[in-house]
Amino acid sequence: MKYVDEFRDPEQARKWLGKISALAKLAQAGKDRPLHIMEVCGGHTHTIFRYGIKQMLPQEIELVHGPGCPVCVLPMGRVDDCVALAEHPEVILTTFGDAMRVPGSQKSLHQAKAEGADVRMVYSPTDALSIARKHPDKEVVFFALGFETTMPSTALTVLQAEEEGIGNFSLFCNHITIIPTIKAILDSPDLQLDGFLGPGHVSMIIGQHPYSFIAKQYKKPLVISGFEPLDILQSIWMILSQLKEHRHEIENQYGRIVQSEGNHNALSAIEKVFEVREFFEWRGLGSIEHSGVRVREGYARYDAERKFSIPNLKIADPKSCQCGEVLRGTLKPKDCKVFGTTCKPETPLGALMVSTEGACAAYYSYGQIDSNQIIS
Amino acid sequence: MCLGIPGKIIEITSTENKLARVDVAGVKRQINIACIVDDDHPPESCVGDWVLVHVGFAMVRINEEEATRTLELLRKMGEMQDEIKAMQKSEEDNS
Repeated sequence: MKYVDEFRDPEQARKWLGKISALAKLAQAGKDRPLHIMEVCGGHTHTIFRYGIKQMLPQEIELVHGPGCPVCVLPMGRVDDCVALAEHPEVILTTFGDAMRVPGSQKSLHQAKAEGADVRMVYSPTDALSIARKHPDKEVVFFALGFETTMPSTALTVLQAEEEGIGNFSLFCNHITIIPTIKAILDSPDLQLDGFLGPGHVSMIIGQHPYSFIAKQYKKPLVISGFEPLDILQSIWMILSQLKEHRHEIENQYGRIVQSEGNHNALSAIEKVFEVREFFEWRGLGSIEHSGVRVREGYARYDAERKFSIPNLKIADPKSCQCGEVLRGTLKPKDCKVFGTTCKPETPLGALMVSTEGACAAYYSYGQIDSNQIIS
Repeated sequence: MCLGIPGKIIEITSTENKLARVDVAGVKRQINIACIVDDDHPPESCVGDWVLVHVGFAMVRINEEEATRTLELLRKMGEMQDEIKAMQKSEEDNS
């Protein structure tokens, strides 16, 4: 049990695996296919591959990797827009490291930087604001990315800029929201899902209640889960228990971090600065209603999309690239035509190969493990 | 970017702007604590608290046991180094 021994508490891991195995058949009863459980969050995808959890599970359970890697779902056109912003001579473009290598149709931010654009990697949006303080003659644009986990940090940074009267700071806002995304997945006709592992840190912000519709309207269980391998095993067991008992509820395995009402201060900062967009374009998933936010009119001076004219082009993914099917959970990474051949972490064709939270990159790094190595 | 790293608040640097100096796995940097302060937890009462830090913001108060366990796990997985490096670099660039 090589990989199980890597767990913080291998005994506990074996115990949960035993409990999962005991329940799996009962939970799957009446279905002529394995149970499909989707982990929505890229952090979970990473843990699942890193610890070989996928291979430890009984054959009745199949994990489907969801679209929860914000860098991976960014459409090429938005990357192109960001590169165009970075190439303005008066702009310093600031970004999280993850986004540097995401391919646009012509180039990535990394390549734009190599060609002379002023692109700087930052750890926090507050670092971007510091750069704006230091360079009052430049416009500092922050490439704002992520689900609700990172949204409060950009909102609070805008509020700080306003407080200090800093006028040369703005967001290129690509924040996305989890609820419409899950709804779009539930409405997609080619996907049969039996339950969800709910995102841990998004839920820390939004709380437990926004997921209610998944249980009420779609009658699917969702268990908010932590990021440790043991958290994920326990959450899978909780989903199986619900399925076996024909329950569909929103449960919280990650109670040590997630409060049912979420984080009030974070939510009110988001509400103040951002408003819902009618549509937002996703790589592979197309346009999803209400799935993104933009800066409110009242904070227009902090909105790069209002300050600059942005090409706003829609660019289709390369034909050979099947990121969309992988993102929708209908194709496994290894079954993509270019996986591991023309598309590798060093030379990514599709965004799912870029971030360590992307399903393809995780699969490439850890997914080739023979299951016999693990359960022996 | 969704990775949260536990840190310990060592001093409050601005009560008004809700900023604190936080020790995150040995790197001390300025962190915004606006999301974890309220009437029951005014900034000055937060010194010594463990928090989960996301991109420069403390998002939730955690207990010491959870903090230690998470740090140990992140270290073991080799997941933290890049984030800590980025944190350290930005602190040097901006201080």
